[in-house]
Amino acid sequence: MSHHIIQATDLHYAYPDGTVGLNGVSFRITHGESVALVGANGAGKSTLLLHLNGYLSATHGEVRIGDHPVTAKNLKTVRRSVGMVFQDPDDQLFMPTVFDDVAFGPLNLGLPETEVEHKVIQALETVGVSHLKKRPPYKLSGGEKRAVAIATVLAMSPDILAMDEPTSSLDPMSRRRLIDLLKTFQHTNIIATHDLDMALDLCERTLVLHQGRIAADGPTLTLFQDENLLTRSHLEKPLKIQGCPLCGPKRKKTRPAPIRKPITANG
Amino acid sequence: MAKIDKQFFDIGYMDTLATGDSPLHRLDPRAKLITTLVFIVAVVSFDKYALSALIPFFIYPVVQISTGGLPAGYLLKKVLLVSPFAVLIGIFNPLMDREILFYMGTISISGGWVSFLSILLRFILTVAAALVLIALTGFNAVCMALAKLGVPNPFVVQLMFLYRYLFVLTDEATRMVRAWSLRSLSSRPMGFRTFGSLAGHLLLRTLDRAQRIHLAMCCRGFDGRIRIIRSMEIGYKEAGYVVGWSALFILLRYYNIPMKLGTLVKGFF
Repeated sequence: MSHHIIQATDLHYAYPDGTVGLNGVSFRITHGESVALVGANGAGKSTLLLHLNGYLSATHGEVRIGDHPVTAKNLKTVRRSVGMVFQDPDDQLFMPTVFDDVAFGPLNLGLPETEVEHKVIQALETVGVSHLKKRPPYKLSGGEKRAVAIATVLAMSPDILAMDEPTSSLDPMSRRRLIDLLKTFQHTNIIATHDLDMALDLCERTLVLHQGRIAADGPTLTLFQDENLLTRSHLEKPLKIQGCPLCGPKRKKTRPAPIRKPITANG
Repeated sequence: MAKIDKQFFDIGYMDTLATGDSPLHRLDPRAKLITTLVFIVAVVSFDKYALSALIPFFIYPVVQISTGGLPAGYLLKKVLLVSPFAVLIGIFNPLMDREILFYMGTISISGGWVSFLSILLRFILTVAAALVLIALTGFNAVCMALAKLGVPNPFVVQLMFLYRYLFVLTDEATRMVRAWSLRSLSSRPMGFRTFGSLAGHLLLRTLDRAQRIHLAMCCRGFDGRIRIIRSMEIGYKEAGYVVGWSALFILLRYYNIPMKLGTLVKGFF
């Protein structure tokens, strides 16, 4: 089961225009771990994720998925075991209908049609959107699109899920539903996010990236209580562990604004 | 602005129509595609002064619209929307071709006017047939039918992607134009420079998106071929549909029925 291990050693990457994306990143994520990847805008989170499936290749250092280093030769195996969920589901849903889209991966794996159909239905049921299978993706809501995007990846039965901002642009209810769904997954998860509350809910471990380096790597709750670290990395305590604005100890107590009565015609 | 929005939501409406349920909707897309192609070839192949011979062809779109339960007014509006193209193509005919073909009372009708009218008729017929095909079948099913009929895969894939991302692209363009119009307080139209930069940005964003989509495809094992599960079945119904209509079109192509009827009626008097 060593497929589920991600190991990065001293990764360096610079974009063609000279911007440094990664500047010596090393970590090891083992089977079944859920790891949050947090950091400021431009800290290198997405760049790092793109290294995991070999889309970008490091100028120095290497990534190993399971027992194999990620190289041009074994891209196919790597991409099969690392499922990527992109930030914008519109990029990921390119086929005419939801069904076709989820079937795209399994069909490329060369599975027989009956098995593909089974996998598609199963993946759609897992994320709870099997009623959408005949709809074209552009007619779905943001939350539905996200769910389908995850289903497209699940249908390939990956060992590792790499997600880029899975909760961005979701309404609170859809976000909660997604978090509950992700909690049920047994995969090795690596989630790049700004949603620190989600990180706290889902991931026991967190990597904090800052300017292309790992600023901290440790238990999520411990890291998120380290205010110095958070400030240095342009982050803030998750709302959950901040004091309550009404009764919390830290903030200055302010009286809540009175609730305004709706103005009616007769005053 | 609002107009652009509306136009494109309208395209989506064609797909909604295609989800209808009528005997015509249930036919295999390939049958409808072939019949439409035969129809278009038959209509286009008439000589340039054909007028009366074209009239009977209206039976095809009319029957399709009524049996398929399609909104005739909506489709007519769509045909009119693109009609300026046909008018542009034909508008110079009356000027170029002044040879007098026949007299209507005391008014002389030149060949140019006849061929202009003929172009318009053909245009209405072919566009109506194509629209009816899409409204009864759905764009993607038409693409699948093309693929199954042996049209090269890259071509079909291009069409499918074009259709899928048309909506995303219009969304992006509308957002940009909205942002521009909210900050350009004057009511002047967009200047050339602004337009250039807007269009350039749109192009760059599109390239970026194309790259991301390609990445997403590669992540799921894309190897240059798009595979789709679709069972299509050609049965007796489909065969009858294709053969019946095609026979009618060929008959109408070689026998000018209105003319025959005319001479028949004349023969009585």
